[in-house]
Amino acid sequence: MTAQIITLTINGLQVSGLASETILQVARENNLPIPTLCFLEGLSTQGSCRLCMVEVAGSPKPQPACVTLIQEGMEISTHTEQLLHYRRKIIELLFSERNHVCAVCVSNGHCELQDLAREHGVDHIDFPYRYPAMTVDASHSRFVLDHNRCILCTRCVRVCGEIEGAHTWDVKNRGIRSLIVADFDTPWGSSTTCTGCGKCVHVCPTGALSEKGKSVAEMLKKRPSLPYLVANRTLEH
Amino acid sequence: MKKLRLATLWLDGCSGCHMSLLDMDERLLDLAASIDFVYSPLVDVKTFPETVDVTCIEGAVSSAEDEHKLRTVRERTALLIALGDCAVTGNVPAMRNSCGIGQVMTTVYCKREALNPQIPATGLPTLHDQALPLHSFVKVDLFIPGCPPSADTLFSALTALIEGRAADLRLNTRFGA
Repeated sequence: MTAQIITLTINGLQVSGLASETILQVARENNLPIPTLCFLEGLSTQGSCRLCMVEVAGSPKPQPACVTLIQEGMEISTHTEQLLHYRRKIIELLFSERNHVCAVCVSNGHCELQDLAREHGVDHIDFPYRYPAMTVDASHSRFVLDHNRCILCTRCVRVCGEIEGAHTWDVKNRGIRSLIVADFDTPWGSSTTCTGCGKCVHVCPTGALSEKGKSVAEMLKKRPSLPYLVANRTLEH
Repeated sequence: MKKLRLATLWLDGCSGCHMSLLDMDERLLDLAASIDFVYSPLVDVKTFPETVDVTCIEGAVSSAEDEHKLRTVRERTALLIALGDCAVTGNVPAMRNSCGIGQVMTTVYCKREALNPQIPATGLPTLHDQALPLHSFVKVDLFIPGCPPSADTLFSALTALIEGRAADLRLNTRFGA
């Protein structure tokens, strides 16, 4: 069986891809960057952060590039003024939702959210901060979960279920009350399913999951040490 | 050439941003040729002047006094700069916001004091329930994030202001920098 080849344009450039590929995949194959946060190559796609929204000619609303399959003749724009505005507002909303205090965060200088803010020129947050009272779970012997820094991208949930096969992590509640929980909402340290592999820590884009004992700006996520993720194979080469 | 009238103000912050200003070292001499330092914790002027071209404010707004100063400065300043993360985001001073001022006072003055624990009745500023960034109260014209923003960042910003290039300014800084 031969795979069906589809042609389309991204930002006016003629590109092609397989019918099974998403807009994000084809864009990246052609060195056309689209910002992402919840997406991590090698894990299932969630489409929840909405940063990868692109405009498709003829569609009244933007589409998430990471979960939208390409179609013949699609005309896609990835960086219109409107999209850049949406992305900045999404980043601002993420900052305003919980307590992201970069200056005292373990991931300061190595954080995908912080980098996105800088890349998109987000120099202040227009939305009022919520300042929710969030807990820190330091019950595990080697790792810490700080809900203050969590953006609910669910990379940890997916890597634990799909790669490690433990499915220790899940999400409880809905909407703004959502919270990452271990097992049936037990302290991480008393989880009976956690293997202590640390994959969740290293896929986490922010300082929400870190190694115990790391101080401000010391938490470097070791993506190349996770060779089972496709992303890391491409990083190494 | 008319010199730029520059002021700086220190609200609820650690003074690190002012240290960054001083860290410009010998470049301060270059700036002195085109800037008049009209009010600052670093100079000996007691009252805020009636008109100022640019004011850099360090720190979050944490008390009624902070808010009053901020509003006065805004009225008298053409271009207001939120200098550093505390002024831009609330940063460390705002970490108390999720638990409320009552709990902060009890923790600081009662829980750690073995002998006669009590919240002092005098000498304490009346704190707002939340420490907030400047733009929660007044219009801010330029945001310079960073904890603290580097001396290089401040020098770029001030040079751009002197040369009238503030509009297309893209500073090499970030939250927590």
